[in-house]
Amino acid sequence: MQVQPMAAEKLSQAAPQADAAIAIDDVTLRFVTPDGHMMTAIRDFTMTVARGEFACVVGPTGCGKSTTLNLVTGLLRPTTGNVRVMGNPVTDISRDIGFVFQADALFPWRSVIDNVAAGPLYRGTPKAEAYERARDWIGRVGLGRFEKHYPHQLSGGMRKRVALAQTFINQPKILLMDEPFSALDMQTRTVMQDELLDLWSEQKSSVVFVTHDLEEAVALADKVYVLTAGPGTVKSVYRIDLPRPRVMADIRYDPKFIEIAKVIWNDLREEVQLGQSRGLQTGH
Amino acid sequence: MTAISPTMSQAAARDASIAAAEARARARLRRRHALVIGLRLAILVAFLGLWELGADYNIIDPFFFASPSGIWEQIWSWITEGTSQGPLWLQMYVTLEETFLGFMIGALGGIAAGIVLGRNRLLADVFSIYIKIANSVPRVVLGSVFIIALGLGMASKVALAVVMVFFVVFANAFQGVREADRAMIANAQILGASPFQITRTVIIPSAMSWILASLHVSFGFALVGAVVGEFLGAKQGMGLLISTAQGAFNANGVFAAMIILAVMALVVEFIITRFENYVVKWRPAPFNEQGT
Repeated sequence: MQVQPMAAEKLSQAAPQADAAIAIDDVTLRFVTPDGHMMTAIRDFTMTVARGEFACVVGPTGCGKSTTLNLVTGLLRPTTGNVRVMGNPVTDISRDIGFVFQADALFPWRSVIDNVAAGPLYRGTPKAEAYERARDWIGRVGLGRFEKHYPHQLSGGMRKRVALAQTFINQPKILLMDEPFSALDMQTRTVMQDELLDLWSEQKSSVVFVTHDLEEAVALADKVYVLTAGPGTVKSVYRIDLPRPRVMADIRYDPKFIEIAKVIWNDLREEVQLGQSRGLQTGH
Repeated sequence: MTAISPTMSQAAARDASIAAAEARARARLRRRHALVIGLRLAILVAFLGLWELGADYNIIDPFFFASPSGIWEQIWSWITEGTSQGPLWLQMYVTLEETFLGFMIGALGGIAAGIVLGRNRLLADVFSIYIKIANSVPRVVLGSVFIIALGLGMASKVALAVVMVFFVVFANAFQGVREADRAMIANAQILGASPFQITRTVIIPSAMSWILASLHVSFGFALVGAVVGEFLGAKQGMGLLISTAQGAFNANGVFAAMIILAVMALVVEFIITRFENYVVKWRPAPFNEQGT
């Protein structure tokens, strides 16, 4: 039995509570590849995110990290097991969900304000009100001067700000993020992480944040899920007891942070090595 | 650690040298621009001059290959005295009308079919084989069928222009719909868009640059359809003018009609480009082509 330091308490997996924001209970997902083979993306996967909790998912490449997010949106259905969002089984895309993508998913033919207003407009909000709210959100992410700009006229960091405003304007109770900052440079990423934590603490949404960057996960999360090399399942769960509010630029020099990151990395390392060696064998 | 800042005079000198370098670079760009235009004009003058001289000295037989002055006289007489089938503007108008109608119907049909099939996997898999077959038929031949079925009037020319345009636009619209970014579609879906809203606000705009690219090519095809239709049998139009000139062994007439058609096509191409720039003003500006 390994002794866990206080700040990174290893949790035992229990069956999810009924009223959790997100409850993925013993889910296995298989799908048939175009050439007729059965692929298991994730197996026996259990995950609970309480209301207002920030959970990060880390794991080696190709272990099914993004699959877990698509189970929550309802874009993918589990083969066995069940997924509940806000206590209800997932049947359709829930209005409570917001999703920030890894790739640039803004509409390039719409100006910043039209992009941010898209969500309310799709949901039938009157035009004037939608634009008023959009203007407010653009201000909150600090892009007030760029309302009329098109995405191609903005830097990568600014486009991510637009994506955050576009997602947050729908006031999602559940926020799913798929490596949202991985394409940004180090400094911009740090700024965006702070921005995200500010927005999150205002909105009190429950977050699942997928990343391959363990330090990012530890710095942001209340809870870190470490997945095994594919087909992914939860290897261990850690509670991160670093005090909030956290400042991204400083936290990485905090001795407690370093200690936690080391502990989790020891756990993650063998999965990464396993994933790498498998990848070399199969050529993926 | 000490920060090093340049003194005032150093900064001023540096600014001046940058300004001078910029002025030199701008002058170089202007000279190059002038050179390109000059060379273009020189080639045109040389080509027309050699053609005219060749015709004068009978190296190029003007009876078969016309001559620039003969072509110009032909155009001038058509403008001032009218053609054997009536005034020139009427011939141009008839051909343009057929072209436009054919272009519009073909393009709208192609876009609609492309979007419907692009959004529906089953329809696409079922119909793709028939579209391949229809596309491999040499469509100009259909002109004869249309003349037999629809007569010598406008309908047969419009029909030929439509089939010329439809497949080009369809293929591009279909491809454009298929290439629509999956993350963008998922984003719209999660933001709350219905399937119809996705088609209207994501699929069509992202297919638009493909569709517009095909409109450039297909307007030329519509013109070919209309002119070939007239050529095969008509009472009015530029195609008939060419066919009459051909019958009279009037090479100048054939070339003159060809040049008028080319000018018409260039004018419309210019309008389409303006329209395209208006519709897709969100795209990053391309690097300006040298000399245009």
